[in-house]
Amino acid sequence: MSRVEHLDEIVEAYGPHLHDTPHDGWRADRVIDRVVPTHCPYCAVQCGMNLLVEKDHVVGVEPRYDFPVNEGRLCPKGVTAYLQVHHPDRLLHPLIKRNGRFERASWDEALDLVVSKFKQLQANYGKDSIGVYSGSSLTTEKTYLMGKFARAGLGTRYVDYNGRLCMVSAAAGNNKAFGIDRAANPWSDIPLADVLLIAGSNCAETFPVLNKFLWQQRDNGGRWIIVDPRETPTARQGDLHLQLKPGTDVALANGLLHVLIEENLIDQSFIDSRTNEWEATRALATRYSPDVASKICGVPAQKIIDAALLYGRAKTAMVMHARGIEHHTNGVNNVLSYINLVLATGKIGAPGRGYGTITGQGNGQGGREHGQKADQLPGQRLISNPEHRKYVCDVWGLPEAELPQAGVSVVEMFTKMREQEIRGLLSICNNVMVSLPDINDIRRSLEGLEFYVCIDFFMSEGSRYADVVLPGSAWSEDEGVTCNSEGRVVKINKANNPPGEARADWWIVREIARRLGREKYFSFNSPREIFEELRIASRGGNADYYGITWEKIEKNNGIFWPCPTEDHPGTPRLFEDRFYHPDGKAKFHAIEYQPPKEVPDEEFPLILTSGRVVYQYLSGNQTRRIGFLVEQCPEPYVEVHPETAAKLKINDGERVRVSSRRGEGVFPVLVVRTIRPDTIFIPYHWGEQLAVNQLTNPALDPISKIPEYKACAARIEKIHSRQLPILGRQRKGASASEVQRG
Amino acid sequence: MDETMFIDPQRCIGCRACVAACRECATHKGYSMIFVDYIDRAETTATVPTVCMHCKEPTCALVCPADAIKVSDDGVVMSALKPRCLDCRNCVNACPFGVPKYNTEIHLQMKCDMCYDRSSEGLKPMCASVCPTGAISFGKYEQIVPLRRTKPVNVHVFGNQKVETKVYLMLPADTDEVKVDGCGVFEGMLTPAATETVESWIDTQVEHSDKSNEF
Repeated sequence: MSRVEHLDEIVEAYGPHLHDTPHDGWRADRVIDRVVPTHCPYCAVQCGMNLLVEKDHVVGVEPRYDFPVNEGRLCPKGVTAYLQVHHPDRLLHPLIKRNGRFERASWDEALDLVVSKFKQLQANYGKDSIGVYSGSSLTTEKTYLMGKFARAGLGTRYVDYNGRLCMVSAAAGNNKAFGIDRAANPWSDIPLADVLLIAGSNCAETFPVLNKFLWQQRDNGGRWIIVDPRETPTARQGDLHLQLKPGTDVALANGLLHVLIEENLIDQSFIDSRTNEWEATRALATRYSPDVASKICGVPAQKIIDAALLYGRAKTAMVMHARGIEHHTNGVNNVLSYINLVLATGKIGAPGRGYGTITGQGNGQGGREHGQKADQLPGQRLISNPEHRKYVCDVWGLPEAELPQAGVSVVEMFTKMREQEIRGLLSICNNVMVSLPDINDIRRSLEGLEFYVCIDFFMSEGSRYADVVLPGSAWSEDEGVTCNSEGRVVKINKANNPPGEARADWWIVREIARRLGREKYFSFNSPREIFEELRIASRGGNADYYGITWEKIEKNNGIFWPCPTEDHPGTPRLFEDRFYHPDGKAKFHAIEYQPPKEVPDEEFPLILTSGRVVYQYLSGNQTRRIGFLVEQCPEPYVEVHPETAAKLKINDGERVRVSSRRGEGVFPVLVVRTIRPDTIFIPYHWGEQLAVNQLTNPALDPISKIPEYKACAARIEKIHSRQLPILGRQRKGASASEVQRG
Repeated sequence: MDETMFIDPQRCIGCRACVAACRECATHKGYSMIFVDYIDRAETTATVPTVCMHCKEPTCALVCPADAIKVSDDGVVMSALKPRCLDCRNCVNACPFGVPKYNTEIHLQMKCDMCYDRSSEGLKPMCASVCPTGAISFGKYEQIVPLRRTKPVNVHVFGNQKVETKVYLMLPADTDEVKVDGCGVFEGMLTPAATETVESWIDTQVEHSDKSNEF
C-alpha cells in the first residue's frame, strides 16, 4: 500500500524548504574552475546559460550572450535555476518506505526490491500490471530510454508521459492538419510578421524570453491580436485583446474565418493547390457570423471583425497558441479551428508567414517524439503501424511479438490503477499530486497501488506516496539533447556530479533493466550511446534525427529536425513546398462548436480556469524550494472581477472557499479588473490543500486525452476568514502543511 | 562609457528576472538593487522597473555629509564608499527615485552602480542582460533609440527640483519631461487620478519583500 503516514517527518526531512544562496553562501572571492555553456532546465525556450563551476559545485550563472535564441536573456526561474543543484532538500541516497517511514537503503537493496516487486506483480497479474509514467523535462535520450524500458524492459503496454497534460492537443491537431507534429516556423520569423495572432498563451509569464521576438516584431511596426479570458501581461501589451469566455475558441475562430471569407481575404489558389476538405469547412463557417460567434464567446462582434481584417489583410502573419486553447475537452478542435485560419489565408511556409504551438516544458517537443507516448515509437512512429513496429523492433533486436500494443493516456492509467488493472508504477520527472486533475481521485489511485517506485531528485508531493524513492540527477548533472519549442535540438552539458549517492537517471533505469534480465537491450554506458541508437531508431520517421550529431548541434547552436543525413543542414521552416500527409497536402477540419464538459449553473455559477505564474515552473517541485521565487509568489490566489466580488461581498485579500463538484480549497482573493466577471482564475503550481487540481475537471479530450484544466464550474463562498495573504518574508514553507506547522 | 540604460515600462512583464539577476553581480553578491512595482494591480497587470537613474547632479551625493558617494568620469553614480559612509541614511531619504538602500548588517548604503565591474569592461549589467523584453536595455543611444517607437526622456521634475539623468525612460512620443508633484508646486496643473484606489494586497506584498529601503 502506497500511503503517506508521517507527513510532518517527510516534510522535515525532504522539504520543501526555502533555500536562497549558493551552497557556501554569497561569496565574491571565488575562483571559477569552469564555465559550462548549457541551457535552462525549465521551459521550452531552452535559453542558453553559462553555469559557473567551482570545485564540482555550481555556484552561479552568467548570461550566455552568444546563443542566438536568448542572447543572454533569462527569466527569474532561469536566473535562480542553479540554486536547486546543491539545495539541502536534494535526495542523496535511495529510500525504502518501511512502516510508513522512509529509511535509507543501499542501491543494491533498493534496486533488488524494485526488481523483485516488478517480477512478482508481473508473474501474478501479467506484464501489463506495471505502468511507467515519464516526463518531458528529461533529455531526449532519457525519454527515448523510458519508452524503450517500458516496452522492451518491462514488456508493458502502459507507458505515457506528462506532455499528456501539456501540449498533446497541439500535437494531435498538428498531425491531423499537417501530418507532422512540430512548430512550422523558427522564431526568427516572428519579427518578420506584420501581425501575430496569439491564442491562449500568456507567454509573457510562461515563456518570457519569447517576448524578445515579439517586441522585435513590435519595433518593426507589427501588431498583436491576443485571445485570452484574462488581461495577462501579454494581452495588456497587445493591440487587440479578444477576451473570450473560456472554452469557446472554436466559435471565435469560426467567426474569424467567416469574416475572412466574406471579405474575400482567403487565398483560393493556395487552398486549391495545397489543401483538402475546404468545402465542408467553408460551408460550416458561413453559419458563424460575427454575431453568432459573439453570442457564444462573449467577444464583441466588432472586435471579431477587426481582428479578422487585421489578420486577413496583413501580408505576413503568424498564429501561435498554447495551453489556453489546448487544455480542453475540445482541445484538438480548438487547435484545428485556428489552423483553418492559417490554411484559408495560405499564410504558412514562408518567412514571416506561419504557425507555431508554444510547447511548454523544457523538452516538451523532444519528449513527444521518441516513443514514451502511449501510442508512439521513436521518430514519431506509431505503435499501431506494422511497418513502424517492424522497423523499431529490428533496431532494438526485439522479437516483434514481444513489442506491446498501444497503451492509454496517463489519466486513464490512473483510472486503471483504481480498477486494479495496473498494480505497480514507476514514475520519473512528474509530480502527480500537483499536476493531474482531480487529485483526490489520484490519491486513491496511488493508495491502491501494490508498489510504487519513483525516480526523483527532490521529494515531490507525489513521491511521498512511493514505496521506494531512487535519487536521480538534476539537469546540470548529466548531458543530452532537448528540442525547444521551435524544433531546434540543443545540447545540455554536464557541470557537476550528482551529490551523495544520487545517480544519473539513465544509469538507474539501465540497472533496473539489467536486474530484470533485459541487459541486452540496455547496454548503454553513456547518454551519447543512447543518442547514437536514437538517431538510428528515428531514421526515416517524421522526427528524423539521423543526421543530427552532438558535435553538429554545438557547432550550429542547435539543429532543427527533420535532419535525415549528416550533411543535411536541418529544417528550420516546414511546409515551404509540401505538407506531411502522403499527398503532400494539408487538411481543413470543419469543426462545430461544443461547450466545455461542465458549464456554469445555479449551484456552481462561475467558470474556473487555471494557469501559471512566472515565478513557478509546472508542479513547483523545483521552484517552490527557491527562496527568491517563493517570496515573489508564496501561495496560490483566486483572481475575481470587482463586480463579482461586490456581488459576493468579498474583499481584496480575504480568504474564501472555492469549490467545484470534485473538491474545494481556500484561497485569498485578488480583486482585479483584468479578468472576465464570469470567470475566476487560480494558478496551479501547489499541492495538497493549495492545489487548484482538487477542483479541476478530469474530463478528457476524446482524441488527445488532455484533461480540461481550463474550464469547469465553480463557486465562491465567504468564510469570514480573518487570515491575511501570506507576505513574502513571513513565509516558512511552500505548501499548506509546512505553513500550518509554522 | 558611451553606453547607458534605457527603461521602457510598457515592455515590462513584471517577471523580476532583473531583481534575481542583480543578486548575481560579483560586487554585491546576494543583494538586489533594483525594484519592480505593480502600477495598480487591481486595474492592470502593468509593472515598472526602477534602477538608479544616475543623475547628472545626484541628490544622494549632494546630501552626503561625508562625501562618500562618488561619480565616475563616465557619469555612473557609485555606491557609498565603505570607509566614509556614516550610517546617516541621508541619501536613502533624499533620492527622489527612492533607489539607495541601507544595509543594516554591514552599515553601508548600497545602490545600483550600473554593474560598474561589468559595464566598465564592455559587458552589459546583469539586469539589462537578462531582461526578456528589453524593458531594461543597455547600449549606445544611437544604437537603441532608432530601433524604438518610444521617446527617450531624461528630464524629471519633482516639484521645484529638476533632475537630469544619465539613464533614459522610454515614453510616448509627446513627452518631454516627467513631472511628479512635490510640495504642491504643480497644484491644479496635473491631471489627478480618476478615482482613489486602494492598493491591492499583492502590491503590498511586493513592498514588504523588495521595496523596503533596508536590507
